[in-house]
Amino acid sequence: MKISKKEVEHVAHLARLNLTNEELEKMTGQLDNILSYVTKLDELDTSLVVPTSHVFSVSNAFREDVEKESLSQAEALKNGSQQDGEMFQVPKII
Amino acid sequence: MNPYELTISQALKRMEQGELSAVELTKSCLDRIATIDNDVSAFVTIDKDGALAQAEHADKKRKAGDEGKLCGIPLSVKDLLCTKGVRTTCGSKMLANYVPPYDATVVEKIKSAGAVILGKTTMDEFAMGSTSENCAFGVPQNPWKKGYVAGGSSGGSAVSVASLECPGSLGSDTGGSIRQPASLCGIVGMKPTYGRVSRYGLTAFASSLDQVGPLCRTVEDCALMMDVISGYDQMDSTSVKQDVPDFSSSLSVGLEGLRVGVPKEYFTEGLDPEVEKIIHNSIEVLRKQGATIVDISLPHTEYCVAVYYLIAPSEASSNLARYDGALYGYRDMDADTLIDMYKQTRSKGFGAEVKRRILIGTYALSSGYYDAYYKKASQVRTLILGDFKRAFESCDVLISPVTPTPAWKMGENTEDPLAVYMSDILTISANLAGIPGMSVPGGFTAAGLPVGVQLQAAHFQEETLLKTGFNLEQGLGLEKRQLDI
Repeated sequence: MKISKKEVEHVAHLARLNLTNEELEKMTGQLDNILSYVTKLDELDTSLVVPTSHVFSVSNAFREDVEKESLSQAEALKNGSQQDGEMFQVPKII
Repeated sequence: MNPYELTISQALKRMEQGELSAVELTKSCLDRIATIDNDVSAFVTIDKDGALAQAEHADKKRKAGDEGKLCGIPLSVKDLLCTKGVRTTCGSKMLANYVPPYDATVVEKIKSAGAVILGKTTMDEFAMGSTSENCAFGVPQNPWKKGYVAGGSSGGSAVSVASLECPGSLGSDTGGSIRQPASLCGIVGMKPTYGRVSRYGLTAFASSLDQVGPLCRTVEDCALMMDVISGYDQMDSTSVKQDVPDFSSSLSVGLEGLRVGVPKEYFTEGLDPEVEKIIHNSIEVLRKQGATIVDISLPHTEYCVAVYYLIAPSEASSNLARYDGALYGYRDMDADTLIDMYKQTRSKGFGAEVKRRILIGTYALSSGYYDAYYKKASQVRTLILGDFKRAFESCDVLISPVTPTPAWKMGENTEDPLAVYMSDILTISANLAGIPGMSVPGGFTAAGLPVGVQLQAAHFQEETLLKTGFNLEQGLGLEKRQLDI
């Protein structure tokens, strides 16, 4: 086993997902399959290989610091499921 | 011939000659959609009024002599490209009612070129899938055979073009999502070089792999759409400042001096014999056009699926963290605490494949596993990139199948995600290496299913792809087949 049910539960919490017992059971099996398959990469010695995170290395794409048009407050709030016209609202945090 | 059957270039010619108006063409496409879309499910949203208004505007522009390159051409757009004022669902319940306040750069570009946007197309949720069966708003059907998959994730885009609802579409390709459905539906599709086309307003799946590209019926139309959508964009810091050639002028007959590489690793077990025959026939066509054929090896091909299914989910798990119910999209209103709001929103809003990839990605990036999974995959990605660099020293373009098999029956392998992932083996390496790739129709199987030919070239060599594709298309001279719908 590459991954246990308990680990999947922990990862689900990190990813902010609730899984039903049935989902947990199924996902654990499927994830185990996938993670077992990717161990194929261990066949390769990569100790001296530099990782590629991006095909072209772009560093610090700057632009002129000039004011541009942006979304109005109303447009920015429009898709919020709970808002009071001035700000987004969420359940009590503290 | 009905206007909806015209290709982009044919329609432009007729409009230039005053034989057809944008409104007539748009109405013809909308009628076609109204007649067949219940059967093929290519569209999530049809913007009839918006399209007709844009068509009227296009006709006025043409009359005034102020027409853009796509003036009056009706197109569909994959439902993960933001369209101002038009719902953009990404095929997910999470964004069922999301109406973007802005246009993606590519959408803005086709609009300024005069295109008419008919609506938004069905797709795998957040572009995660190879069949478009993971769509919350209808599953597109392969127009060539009932009950067969359209491919994915840009399945609706491919179907809208293949079933003559519109002559072109914009899709996105993270691991084959343009080329594979184009192949399975018998049309042309191109994934440009990473950075060639702006990703601004393209809903992010895997940011180092995603790229927007065209789907259409001819190579000429593909070049025309590339002319319109390519170029650096200040709003996408990963778009590349590179001169954009006039792609349409690269379509000349004759391939003298062109070296076409045949990667032996792409012709191994699991390759359908009918697909193999069609590819070999295409190789012969290119040889007759003057190309030299060379054998090529891409030795790390067998590791591509493993690398991809670590990197793409890792990037996805981070990108999809934004769907928390707070600012836009679905929110579960029953939660009492913030963390429950996040969890319930995400659990109800996402489908199974998206959850699966978020879990894989979160695991691969989590403390203690990062080196073994994400870093390891990123190192092997370097080796894959090296394979291509070496290959393009001895050839200009690679020819191969797009998928090992033609379209398969819907519902197959839905319980075995790894089996579906394996079907992406021939397309994902282009995304990992950032090179351009294209699918051009190569023929049909005995059962009547289309098979595409994949062409790949070095970074920013889309012209080579288009020229090769054009010669292949002309050399094959495939007879136009009639659809049953």
